[in-house]
Amino acid sequence: MGRMKFLCDADRCIECNACVTACKNENEVPWGVNRRRVITINDGEPNEKSLSVACMHCSDAPCAAVCPTDCFTIRDDGVVVHSKEKCIGCGYCFYACPFGAPQYPKASNFGSRGKMDKCTFCAGGTDHDDMSDAEFRAYGRNRIAEGKLPLCAEMCSTKALLAGDGDKVADIFRERVVRRGFGTQKAGWDRAYEKKA
Amino acid sequence: MKKRHEHPFNQIISAASLWLLLLAFSLLSIAPLRAEGSSVRPPDSAANEMFNATLSRDWQAIRKGEPGKVSIADKKAAILIQSGGQDWREFRLGTLFNGTVWALAGMVALLAIFYIIRGRIRVAGGMSGRTIERFTFIERSMHWTLAISFIVLALTGLNLIYGRSFLLPIIGGEAFASLTIFGKWLHNFMGFAFMIALVWTFVSWVAHNIPSAVDAKWIAEGGGIIGDRHPPARKFNAGQKIIFWLVILGGFSLSLSGLALMMPFEWQLFSHTNGLFNLLGFNLPTNLTVIEEAQLAQMWHAIMAVFMIAVILAHIYIGTIGMEGAFDAMSDGRVDENWAREHHSLWVEEVQRGETKS
Repeated sequence: MGRMKFLCDADRCIECNACVTACKNENEVPWGVNRRRVITINDGEPNEKSLSVACMHCSDAPCAAVCPTDCFTIRDDGVVVHSKEKCIGCGYCFYACPFGAPQYPKASNFGSRGKMDKCTFCAGGTDHDDMSDAEFRAYGRNRIAEGKLPLCAEMCSTKALLAGDGDKVADIFRERVVRRGFGTQKAGWDRAYEKKA
Repeated sequence: MKKRHEHPFNQIISAASLWLLLLAFSLLSIAPLRAEGSSVRPPDSAANEMFNATLSRDWQAIRKGEPGKVSIADKKAAILIQSGGQDWREFRLGTLFNGTVWALAGMVALLAIFYIIRGRIRVAGGMSGRTIERFTFIERSMHWTLAISFIVLALTGLNLIYGRSFLLPIIGGEAFASLTIFGKWLHNFMGFAFMIALVWTFVSWVAHNIPSAVDAKWIAEGGGIIGDRHPPARKFNAGQKIIFWLVILGGFSLSLSGLALMMPFEWQLFSHTNGLFNLLGFNLPTNLTVIEEAQLAQMWHAIMAVFMIAVILAHIYIGTIGMEGAFDAMSDGRVDENWAREHHSLWVEEVQRGETKS
């Protein structure tokens, strides 16, 4: 089985926010929660770049490590899903996550947190049968079980956002970089981590 | 990532000059590499280099927590990467997990050693059989509201640190999750009982807990903890006053950080506190992001809680098995007269002269 990954090509993203809208609509995401968002750097300046960001489905997921009730599951295909039945809304995964993926609808007393909600890679949760109504109400669409990829990437007008098996995504991206003759990711990585070329 | 509001023509001029500058900069920066001939980088065009030079600085800033811009309502989502979570994770799973064991086991060990050496502190003159009222019903209700809420808060809090490692494997995931959800509600509601009892305790007992010359003598004589002598004390001796102030200040600090955790993103507790420290000449950050605030609030809440649990273990020891006759004061409120004369001699005189009511 492949290892599921998202990749956003910053040289293609045009900040149209279709991925954000598609995600909210497909998954009936609660008010105030954005499972995916588009971040623009250098807005309105030369070198403006946009990136679509959601849960990165980490291998060593910090959310899963710090959860007091151990409600996360890292599936064989690398997708990080969680159980809203077991979630206590403590906020720990939000403190630990580098990408701000876990969010909480304001649901209970004193304006405090409800059950955590995050990107499921359109793969539902762990509490219910695949593609059941109960699963849809709790987590949104289980497109993976339907044999489809996450809608954000499917919907992307410039194919900046890629989702799927990591090897295939990497192949597509590598081919692109070769064809256009430059790749911001590579140089960005080296310098951001002060790696000497 | 700053914004300019200039005439379009000026923008073109400034953009053009920026590009020229960057071109010069990138040529300068690659010149040494080419000269040494040690570069393994594929031959990039000058334009590519220039592009990379600025962009990689931006990516570096993003990696270090610099926000971009989002068009959604949740503006804190503009931060792409926050690295504080890694430190927080190490604190939660390392420092806190191990430190709490050492702190609490250390306190229990200390008390055990003390018990072996000193044994139970007996009433030297034996029980007289005559009792006097030490704490009224109201005072005892107040103490036990504070005590029971504290114990519930401590147990439900410790469950968040250790439950997953020790309780979950025994009772199973479903049962543990239900228990922990119930624990969270208890923690949130008991917190308010704790805060009310804390204010109540402060108001009723603060007058008895002002440090005085008697306390200096009590501390100088070690409180009679070692040896058989009993330095004089009024209603509360210096040791009890220390516990009082630790409970009041520690409880206040726990309440504030607890409220900050209960109402996420609404309190700037640490930015404000750092601002106050900066008045004393410190140079602490005062523009913490909401997530840094939350991480710090949780860390502070946990550290203070573990400290207070250790303090209260000692308090429970001396109030029960550590000292004969002490528990009566908080059970039915009446203590033996001989006990009172030994531990609170000045207070007994005050009561018998009718100056102080219990």
